[in-house]
Amino acid sequence: MYWTLFLTFTRIGAFTIGGGYAMLPLIEREVVNRGWMAKEEFVDLFAVAQSLPGIFAVNIAIFLGYKLKGVWGSLVCLLGTTLPSFLIILAIALFFTQVKENVWVEKIFKGLRPAVVALILVPCIHTAKAVGLTWKTGIVSVVSALLIWLLGVSPVYVILGAAAGGMMYGLSIKKG
Amino acid sequence: MLFLHLFWVYIKIGLFNFGGGYAMLSLIQEEVVERHGWITMQELTDIVAVSQMTPGPIGINSATYVGYMAVLNAGYPPSAAVVGSLLATFAVCLPSFILVSVIFYSFARFKKSRYVEAAFLGLRPASIGLIAAAALLLMNHENFIDYKSLLIFAAAFFLTWKCRVHPILMIFLAGVAGLLLYW
Repeated sequence: MYWTLFLTFTRIGAFTIGGGYAMLPLIEREVVNRGWMAKEEFVDLFAVAQSLPGIFAVNIAIFLGYKLKGVWGSLVCLLGTTLPSFLIILAIALFFTQVKENVWVEKIFKGLRPAVVALILVPCIHTAKAVGLTWKTGIVSVVSALLIWLLGVSPVYVILGAAAGGMMYGLSIKKG
Repeated sequence: MLFLHLFWVYIKIGLFNFGGGYAMLSLIQEEVVERHGWITMQELTDIVAVSQMTPGPIGINSATYVGYMAVLNAGYPPSAAVVGSLLATFAVCLPSFILVSVIFYSFARFKKSRYVEAAFLGLRPASIGLIAAAALLLMNHENFIDYKSLLIFAAAFFLTWKCRVHPILMIFLAGVAGLLLYW
């Protein structure tokens, strides 16, 4: 069972290019189809994993491991999910330090860098739309961005402030 | 000392990451580039580009890469750098592991907690701001060296936004554009 868990999560870790959210459909298919978990249960787990800090795919893997095989199961799932990307990036880091000074590599990266900014900006807009920002919540986004960007405030304080503000606001409207 | 710092910084990054890999970037930027100077802004941008093309969450990818580079740049041999990358990757997962272990046994209560729900009224819009900040911070003179950079940025933005070009294809196209424009 541990071995199956490890292999399943290694496969998920190795074949999802483009970040944690790309892992989701794959995790769901593996876990639900194998009868490890009901679909509703997976949706609940999804919600909780999303509300915890940390890397989303890692949270899901640890949760599933716990559910299926306790502490050792969660460690096995965690190892399976992280091992492929760890090994691949390590190989790239080893290789990259060799070729970094290469003129051609430098030209390619000169092209990549501005594109990366666009690749971050577009999902930012998509998320803003998906969350349904109003002018009130929009101000929170804009202020957070400006605090970090212009004033150099640590994102840690922005996150703590946002959580505290949300709690005060949310609990006050529920009472009133 | 470096290893201890590395461990601590990535614990922090793992603990204060709400809102996904891109939201994590401004945190990584602040700690790894600004405060400790382990890698440059350019290298951070490069690792994001590489992350788009390789499997796994960007948080793991960056921890592995930064852990390696930080130790190597400090003058240690590559074998020590591997230890650094292991340490950072372990550290970024540790808060998740501890938190899930705690939450797992009070799962039902946590799910319905109105405190958690209320906190997310603030965290959700803030994490969008965090992503925007990451994009703004990367829009600097290291990454935008001339008008050609602006051209590539505009084209990439338009293609991903309007034509929904896949990020992996976009990275490939941008690499080709770099080769051609800077021939």
